[in-house]
Amino acid sequence: MRLLPWTIYLSLAGAMLSLAAGRRSAAAARWVALGTAAAAWGLVLAAATGFSPSALPQTLVDLDWIPSMGGRYHLAADGISMTLLVLTGLAATAGILFSWNIGERTGEFFAFYLTLIAGVYGVFLSADALLFFVFYELAIVPKYFLIAIWGSTNREYGAMKLALYSFAGSALVLAGLLWAYATGGAHSFALADLASAAARFPAGQQVAMFALVFFGFAVLAGLFPFHTWAPTGHVAAPTGASMLLAGVVMKLGAYGCLRVAMPLFPAGLAFWQPAIAWLAIIGILYAGLVALVQDDCKFVIGYSSVSHMGFVMLGLAAANPRAVAGAVLQMFSHGVIAGLLFAVVGRMVYDRTHTRRLGDLRLLALYRLLPFAATVFVIAGLASMGFPGFSGFPAELSILMGAWQASPLWAAAAALGVLIAAAFTLRVVQLTFFGGSGSRETPAASAALPPISWPERTGALLLIGAAVVIGLKPDLLLNWIVPSLQSPLFKAVIKGGAP
Amino acid sequence: MFFGLFHGIASPLAGSQPLAAAGLDYAGLGRALLPEAALAAGALAVLAVDIALLRAAGTALRFRAAAAIAAVAVVAALAFCLQTGSSGEVFGGVLVLDSLGTAARAALLCLTLVVLGVSAGAAVPRRPAEYCAIILFATAGFTLMAAAQQLLLAFLALELASLSLYVLAGFDLSRPESAEAAMKYFLLGAISSAFLLFGFSLIYGLTGTIDLTQIAIVLARQGPSPLLTVALVMVLVAFGFKAAAAPFHLWAPDVYEGAPAPSAALIASGSKLAGLVLFTRLLWPGLGEAAGDVSSAHFGAGWLPVLAILSGASLLLGNLAALVQTSLRRLLAYSAIAHAGALLLGVIVVGSSGPGPVFYYAATYALATAGAFGIVGILERTGGSLQIAGLAGLSRRSPPLAGCLLVFILSLAGVPPLAGFFGKFAVFAAALKLGGVAGPAGWLAVAAILLSAVALYYYLIVVKQAFVAPAPANPAPITVSPVAAATLVVAAAAIIVLGVFPSLLLGLF
Repeated sequence: MRLLPWTIYLSLAGAMLSLAAGRRSAAAARWVALGTAAAAWGLVLAAATGFSPSALPQTLVDLDWIPSMGGRYHLAADGISMTLLVLTGLAATAGILFSWNIGERTGEFFAFYLTLIAGVYGVFLSADALLFFVFYELAIVPKYFLIAIWGSTNREYGAMKLALYSFAGSALVLAGLLWAYATGGAHSFALADLASAAARFPAGQQVAMFALVFFGFAVLAGLFPFHTWAPTGHVAAPTGASMLLAGVVMKLGAYGCLRVAMPLFPAGLAFWQPAIAWLAIIGILYAGLVALVQDDCKFVIGYSSVSHMGFVMLGLAAANPRAVAGAVLQMFSHGVIAGLLFAVVGRMVYDRTHTRRLGDLRLLALYRLLPFAATVFVIAGLASMGFPGFSGFPAELSILMGAWQASPLWAAAAALGVLIAAAFTLRVVQLTFFGGSGSRETPAASAALPPISWPERTGALLLIGAAVVIGLKPDLLLNWIVPSLQSPLFKAVIKGGAP
Repeated sequence: MFFGLFHGIASPLAGSQPLAAAGLDYAGLGRALLPEAALAAGALAVLAVDIALLRAAGTALRFRAAAAIAAVAVVAALAFCLQTGSSGEVFGGVLVLDSLGTAARAALLCLTLVVLGVSAGAAVPRRPAEYCAIILFATAGFTLMAAAQQLLLAFLALELASLSLYVLAGFDLSRPESAEAAMKYFLLGAISSAFLLFGFSLIYGLTGTIDLTQIAIVLARQGPSPLLTVALVMVLVAFGFKAAAAPFHLWAPDVYEGAPAPSAALIASGSKLAGLVLFTRLLWPGLGEAAGDVSSAHFGAGWLPVLAILSGASLLLGNLAALVQTSLRRLLAYSAIAHAGALLLGVIVVGSSGPGPVFYYAATYALATAGAFGIVGILERTGGSLQIAGLAGLSRRSPPLAGCLLVFILSLAGVPPLAGFFGKFAVFAAALKLGGVAGPAGWLAVAAILLSAVALYYYLIVVKQAFVAPAPANPAPITVSPVAAATLVVAAAAIIVLGVFPSLLLGLF
């Protein structure tokens, strides 16, 4: 446990090192990055084996940082953070494996990549709102560069849109947090202090503050109608960055909603709850329907991310232990599965065929040329549809059950989304790999597709493994998550008995 | 003596005259002014060495010698300044070396070092010794401004600095833009000085003293009067000009664009910081009685509401106008106007939260801007007048320069964990503490936070050119002098360190 903060420092050091190594050779930069990410993940897993779940976050470091403003360098971890730390390590490692073919400015790529990862680890470990915010923003600028420099379709537009949306969202968060801090008479940014200060505000003020902070974070979580950065950003990003975006960056937003906005302003949540739930449901259905008619397979995955994140937001809005635990589990699950889907369409398919148009891909009958990719995509598709045995199933099930407790109508409407997800997933799987022109010969040009490389196989197996293990035994994570929801900070927000 | 004479005239309250009790401590005055003495001696040494020894040498060598001597003088001044420390009032309150004064003097000297360092990478000025000497004179003006606690000294210090800066702005005789910049700067600056002097004379007429502490006492007794209002307006006009706040900002884009890069760096950094400290002292300890109130929607009449209006106008105008700039210098100018808005907000909160937030903001902002102008100077030496598009491919052509530019620009944008973020954070938190979002201070803070998302766009455009756009075919090689490179790297490192450990500065107050 004590070593968890080193995930941040290691990632930052790895960023510097791979920048330096990249000036000598691309291979050196890759190995440095992979070594760093794997080592950080190793630290997380080592901590996870000795982790005993508790209601209160376990403090790792607590130092004076900015005494005049009450900011502390306070890192702590509970079951929710542990779940997301494991996800971060996994997504970071797999993302590097799927970025193995980055040949241009390799050192810089991994420097930005690892800086982003450091910020993500920092967010999941922060127990101080100011520190949380600093790490949160640390993840924005590297994203911009990853997309703008190494991206594809419309990359500068996608990168700028994503950066501005994120920054505008975090500006709302900052405004709300500062307002609560300054007028509440809080002497620190510790979440507990802020919460007790905020509890004294009149309900009307809480409603406004909650809106600023929650919707500010929700921008990054892809809540409808603030989701429009997500598809363009995902599509423009290079594969590794798409995997990070969908895998962990969108989780930062949802995590901020859960960790900061909800405990600080319970009265705000009570007011906004129906609105958030319906926005989440609209997101699930709307993004699913849009995904159904896309011609670019990466856009399908991009919109499916928005749809799946809608489940997370619905779980948070339902605000009972079962739904929220499901939401955290869905964060993990979606991180793994979306990463896998992006890996297949971005790296395995697009980098070889140089097209993502479903109309073109269906002519290639790729299942014959890239059987491994086809297998992985089918598995990922099943997982994404919420097929039992994969992590998406227990997650979405528990969200829907929790939502039913809150309002049966929500659950019924969201369940439609599961059907739509099955439809668009089957469509994209079929058109991408099994379109088939009927003829047995493969076109000569595409026969020369390079075989699937070992980093791709390793990365895919890691992600599939995680989805299956959690799918078969969700208790591995739920046993961490559920006790954390008993924390006194959540008492006023998450109501109802243990799931 | 000069100062004593004024105190003699201005002593309607003989009983509370500190001078009478303290006597005139010339030794103390001497010690307090050692930094300025070092700067002046350095300036003379620069000129003497150049005339006596280097008349026949090339300009490059003459510049190197002059800059080296000047740097030694600044380091000596810095040592004196730190050695004296915060010793309180000097010479009966003519100068005050409180924590703000000392911190500001040290910061100003460091900024001058940065400017001297980056000028090693810019085009060599035609008369190098004069250039360096005038930079030292300007710096002496700045450090006096930072410590002055008496109207006359404040005005003299301001004029010393301003006159030096007019010359520095017009130093590049080969470019008409430089002359235009100097002319604009001089005319508008002279007008604002006239306003300020008129305001000072009214204050003197009202209160019978030029001592800020005495003025405060007399004003507290007199209460508001129409004449005081006129005086306040005069003072605020001059402040608005010095800070480049809208609607007194018109000189800034042209001067930032036309002046030689190191001069622009000094105008944008040292001059800004010194002016801010001077006017903070003038407004809060001196005219604090007439501050008014901006914590709630019911304005209390005074100079605070006026500052709030200037601040809002600057935030809006600076951020929006910066969006459409194509020249890096003009972009920095409009960004400076936007930052002036936030700095004025910082001045507003001095009364409740002390000078810590605004000083931190101003010092780190000045450092980042000086660094950015340093890079402009280096690039213009090889590529002529710099458009933002001219940065294309910088990260391939010179990775260290691009890295430094990234740090400076992102700090200006207020991206954590760089220093620029914590400056904004501290100022906005203090502003919201005044009364939440119930009054203009809170509204301004929220507006400024939201506008920072707008600002990110134009800052990202700059770094996008440097990091994303491909380098032009056959670019001229970028040569960076080692001194300039080292200066930039140290400045960038300082911005990172001050950002990660903001208490290094915030803890001083």
